Amino acid sequence: MKAFLILEDGHVFTGKSIGSVRECVSEIVFNTSMTGYLEVMTDPSYAGQAVVMTYPLIGNYGICYEDMESERPWVDGLIVRELSRVPSNFRSEDTIQNFLEKYDIPGICGIDTRALTKLLRESGSMNGMITTDGNYKIEEVQKRLKAYSTGDEVSKVTCRKKYVLPGGGYKVALLDLGAKRNIARSLNHRGCEVTVYPSFTSAEEIITSNPDGIMLSNGPGDPKTYAGIIEEIRRLYQTDIPIFAICLGHQLMALAAGADTYKLKYGHRGGNHPVKDLETGRVYISSQNHGYAVDAKSLNPKVAVPAFRNVNDGTNEGLRYIGKNIFTVQYHPEACPGPRDSGYLFDRFLNMMEVKKNA
Amino acid sequence: MPKNPDIKKVLVIGSGPIVIGQAAEFDYAGTQACRSLREEGVEVVLLNSNPATIMTDKDIADHVYIEPLTAEVVEQLILKERPDSVLPTLGGQAGLNLAMELEERGFFRKTGVKLIGTTSATIKKAEDRLEFKSAMEKIGEPVAPSLVVEGLEEGIAFSSRIGYPVVLRPAYTLGGSGGGIAHNQAELEEILSNGLRLSRVGQVLVERCIAGWKEIEYEVMRDGAGNVITVCNMENIDPVGVHTGDSIVTAPSQTLGDKEYQMLRTSALNIISELEITGGCNVQFALNPESFEYCVIEVNPRVSRSSALASKATGYPIAKVAAKIAIGYTLDEIKNAITGQTMAGFEPTLDYCVVKMPRLPFDKFISARRTLTTQMKATGEVMSISDSFEGAFMKAIRSLEQHVDSLMSYDFSSLDREGLLKQLAVADDRRIWVIAEALRQGISYEEIHTATKIDVWFIDKLSVLVEMEQALRSRELTAELLKEAKRLEFPDSVIARLTGRSEADIKHMRCANGIVAAYRMVDTCAAEFAAATPYYYSVFGGENEAVSTGGRKKVLVLGSGPIRIGQGIEFDFCSVHCTWAFAGEGYETIIVNNNPETVSTDFDIADKLYFEPLTPEDVENIVRLEKPDGAVVQFGGQTAIKLTEALMKMGVPILGTSAENVDAAEDRELFDGILEKCGIPRPKGDTVYTAGEAKAAANRLGYPVLVRPSYVLGGQGMQIAINDKDVEEFIGIINRIAQDHPILVDKYLQGKEIEVDAVCDGEDILIPGIMEHIERAGIHSGDSISVYPAQSISAGVKAAVEEYTKRLARSLHVVGLINIQFIAVDEKVYVIEVNPRSSRTVPYISKVTGIPIVPLATKVILGQKIRDLGYTPGLQKEADYFAVKMPVFSFEKIRGADISLGPEMKSTGECLGIAKTFNEALYKAFLGAGIRLPKYKNMIITVRDEDKEEAVEIAKRFEALGYHIFATKGTARALMEADIQVRMTRKLEQESPNILDLILGHQIDLVIDTPSQGVERSHDGFVIRRNAVETGVNVLTAIDTAKALVTSLENMDREELTLIDIARLS
Repeated sequence: MKAFLILEDGHVFTGKSIGSVRECVSEIVFNTSMTGYLEVMTDPSYAGQAVVMTYPLIGNYGICYEDMESERPWVDGLIVRELSRVPSNFRSEDTIQNFLEKYDIPGICGIDTRALTKLLRESGSMNGMITTDGNYKIEEVQKRLKAYSTGDEVSKVTCRKKYVLPGGGYKVALLDLGAKRNIARSLNHRGCEVTVYPSFTSAEEIITSNPDGIMLSNGPGDPKTYAGIIEEIRRLYQTDIPIFAICLGHQLMALAAGADTYKLKYGHRGGNHPVKDLETGRVYISSQNHGYAVDAKSLNPKVAVPAFRNVNDGTNEGLRYIGKNIFTVQYHPEACPGPRDSGYLFDRFLNMMEVKKNA
Repeated sequence: MPKNPDIKKVLVIGSGPIVIGQAAEFDYAGTQACRSLREEGVEVVLLNSNPATIMTDKDIADHVYIEPLTAEVVEQLILKERPDSVLPTLGGQAGLNLAMELEERGFFRKTGVKLIGTTSATIKKAEDRLEFKSAMEKIGEPVAPSLVVEGLEEGIAFSSRIGYPVVLRPAYTLGGSGGGIAHNQAELEEILSNGLRLSRVGQVLVERCIAGWKEIEYEVMRDGAGNVITVCNMENIDPVGVHTGDSIVTAPSQTLGDKEYQMLRTSALNIISELEITGGCNVQFALNPESFEYCVIEVNPRVSRSSALASKATGYPIAKVAAKIAIGYTLDEIKNAITGQTMAGFEPTLDYCVVKMPRLPFDKFISARRTLTTQMKATGEVMSISDSFEGAFMKAIRSLEQHVDSLMSYDFSSLDREGLLKQLAVADDRRIWVIAEALRQGISYEEIHTATKIDVWFIDKLSVLVEMEQALRSRELTAELLKEAKRLEFPDSVIARLTGRSEADIKHMRCANGIVAAYRMVDTCAAEFAAATPYYYSVFGGENEAVSTGGRKKVLVLGSGPIRIGQGIEFDFCSVHCTWAFAGEGYETIIVNNNPETVSTDFDIADKLYFEPLTPEDVENIVRLEKPDGAVVQFGGQTAIKLTEALMKMGVPILGTSAENVDAAEDRELFDGILEKCGIPRPKGDTVYTAGEAKAAANRLGYPVLVRPSYVLGGQGMQIAINDKDVEEFIGIINRIAQDHPILVDKYLQGKEIEVDAVCDGEDILIPGIMEHIERAGIHSGDSISVYPAQSISAGVKAAVEEYTKRLARSLHVVGLINIQFIAVDEKVYVIEVNPRSSRTVPYISKVTGIPIVPLATKVILGQKIRDLGYTPGLQKEADYFAVKMPVFSFEKIRGADISLGPEMKSTGECLGIAKTFNEALYKAFLGAGIRLPKYKNMIITVRDEDKEEAVEIAKRFEALGYHIFATKGTARALMEADIQVRMTRKLEQESPNILDLILGHQIDLVIDTPSQGVERSHDGFVIRRNAVETGVNVLTAIDTAKALVTSLENMDREELTLIDIARLS
């Protein structure tokens, strides 16, 4: 069946429908990872977005359910050049076609994804609609698209109630703002007992549980939407509990500490961004997925200083808080998908907890 | 870390002659590195014995030495030039081995010269099997169960413990020389004893066979600060068991999930960190297709063929970055030259699919075994890019230049199911065509996978192509079907064939429906950032990004495609220089080529690079967009010449010699007319079409005769026939290859072969020099030792050569280059071949005479006159130096190939000896070619009757040098009669010990075996030559080569070689 991708600037791409045939309106973003489409689709940070994969051949190794980064896909839609008709991998349990249908995710294939990516690069991320209805009225659709905006996505993706991943080591409280599974798994693998809290948990509750460390996860949406969560995080900031934050967690901590965030033109989504550790000078290739960034200029140097910087565009990629047991990164040390080069940051977090405990 | 200020002058070591496993990729890497170093103000001294390379140009390095690559030469050169550092990681295995040898000799310690880009500890850790294994164990990286053995017994014991089959890999050899898979003890004994002999250190790794696993490669980089990145990963379609150089390879990997991709990526980065490599490195993995189990197969701590491929596949210039790292920069300080805004410390991401296919030489070695093994056999490769795997695959097929354009090009339809299944299990160069037939006959993916171990994903992609064939055959050709067929990159000609329409019809239908090629940019970043580098590939269906530029005049330079025997790196040299010369004249330059190993496909050589097949349709698509003011075909070898007619039909003016005149040189009748008009003799001959006509002509001319197809390359299909039976057989072979052109039968004259390259401006000619071949006519010029200035011809012959060249160039209205081959029989000069284009000898003669022939020819093509360019027309004054160009062969790599020399070219590369005296030049040339005598001072002579007289004289000279001579009966008798001490050896068919035992006993340095001409070459001789080559013995099959060798040996007691900086030749 034919499908159409209509952008808010009036561009229309015609391709073939994949997955669900329902209509979807969403923010269109592109991801440059060559592998890891399942991890991308199931990363809660993509809630409220439809993703263009820039690599043209998607679905080659099918679906391996154990690679899901949450219990379901969160992307609003999937946009690809070509879907593999025969997946091949020893772990593959399903085809991507079935997967999309099963979860009612609409998508489009057979379009010039490179041309689309260039449009998004030049104009910045845009809203778009995927539809199989050829009788759309372009002006009406554009009006709808311009009016569309994402709201509180975190409350959609966070867990409903707290749960515990047992472990014999440090007790870590993980505030689930839309956490990828591999964050908890990375801590769990290092022996931590991880208690996962819903995003609406009060700081009080976390603090009174007396954790050795607190982890703020990744998550979707504009950080400034979450005034309530920021307020709670500000309380966490005031304690001396070691805190490690990733992505949205990093942005919310910065906002809680008085800094500002802004929307990037088209974001960083992929597995090839170099970040520089400003302390050691080392460069690491990182997994990234963010549309907003912390404005390094807005930082009070007495509160926090940049710890990591993106080598490509110089944007802030991490902060070290002065006089605090807090460090935060914009990118994804938990990988999945993407490079595992920054896994050492979890060790650093463990180290912080150890120092604190021995103090 | 900024540049290290202590590094001011660097010696860069090249890789030497082109051999299988070490080809143009090192010229590409070396050239890029030299330019990168000079950009930083570093003074570069270059050493490479290969004169056909671009890196040995005085434009590329400050000091250029075309000298043999031996430890002695490097030492002497370092003492002469006093560089502070040596960069050995760009010269392939040859460069690394040299560095190791010098290190072992303590030379670096003694002189304080530093190795940069690597350390000897790193080389040792990566190359020494034992050290590598323990390094891997230390960081927990798995390697297949293996043992380094130094003796046969040890190997047998270990193999029976881990179980057959086992893989054998000799240490310190290139392209897997001497390696293989042994399925039983007998095979083990054969391969292992050979491998032990070939290894520089007498070590062979015996390893558990993981054949059938996925073969995955990663190209990784590391800087001195320890930053690491992956440039690219690649998946071999052929699983482990076929050398990656002979495999069809795709980038990025297609069947790996993120878990596998990242697991192997992390492993590769751990390895490069542990080995502390500063620069680039290639890591090869075997991945169990049924689990996450993997093992590290091999690590190359240097740039490699794979790194050249990865550079072209991603746009990331590995060699350039590696050179910057070597002098101290870190990855985040080096600009990504493609985007111009991001840094080299990132990982390229692709939004297209790349397919590489090997170019195998079985068209040249008809008797060779086509089976592909762990020993590389490909001479070159092609790469193609598309946004689908199918598209890239189809483009790669038609880039191969071996009469193939689709999955229908080899016909296996006569095989039934059983036959196909059997054939599928054989990994050879035609297996993809067998798979296609299997799919046509309904054999299931599973069965094909079981037989081939090729991943089902790839089999399905081939099935998509087969299904399209069926659709085109059976369905009505709608615009939609045509669009899909073009998306899959079916050429118009193939669609025409399948639909029963004409090609013009298809093209018309395409254009009417707007189905045209669009060009996309290779930008390293999947469009995330704007890129400025115009490096393009085509797709059907999509937005066009290539902007047709205006303003300047525009020239299209057609490259020479894959490196194969007969068309080597020299044509890339010519294409690149021509491009630079056009740029110098203010032109906008556009290169079209498909060879990822070459300098011409580096993104900053021309203003625009189109990485595309070199077929008329592909070129026309570019022409339609770019509308060039002209095309130049005379520098790209036969590949480009073949496009002449098509270009003219597109209305593109051919710059330089016109197409009609190219034709006139190739068309027998037209050419005979011209010769007659010019009063130039040629050996009598005839043009024929059938075997009957050929026999009649041969008898009229008198045997021996030369038989060959017209329009040939490297003497392909050319043979000397001595009787009717030979003629019949040769015509049969010629007709096996589709042949639109007639067959030529010429009287075979045995005389001195002479060659010239000349520039002609339509009136005047300029001949840089006359080259003379050491071997008599009958051996292909590319396989002959060539000497400049000519040594043994009279002034009269020289004058005739000059005069004939002038007459021919004028009557063919040559504008640009012409290459002519002559035979001198006594004082009479005959013309045997004329090529109105650049030739194999152009780089060499340019370098030794100091006359920049290609730029001159380019200027002449643009209308300038030789006289106005500061040259006096005619034959130029002879240089003060002697230069000897020596062919280099790769026979040991091609099992079953007949190594005897004849009119068909067999060499893969060449090296040069340049010196003040002829003898020293000759000695250097032999040394550069790797002929290092003696070890044992034992030799075998077995010659045909015609050569016996000369053999006596040669044997005497060898005897005087202290050689022990063995000979078979006939030769022995002749030698004995001349009072030469000779030991008679039994013939092959006689009982042991016979001649074969002697050779296999590893006590022989040299075999001189001149086979008789004609088809009835003895089987014995063939077996002897093969065995000799495969045990690493030098074999000479021409009596003149033997004579030259003994001359060289007589002069080898020199203390020191004189090293000549050709960048400073006056």
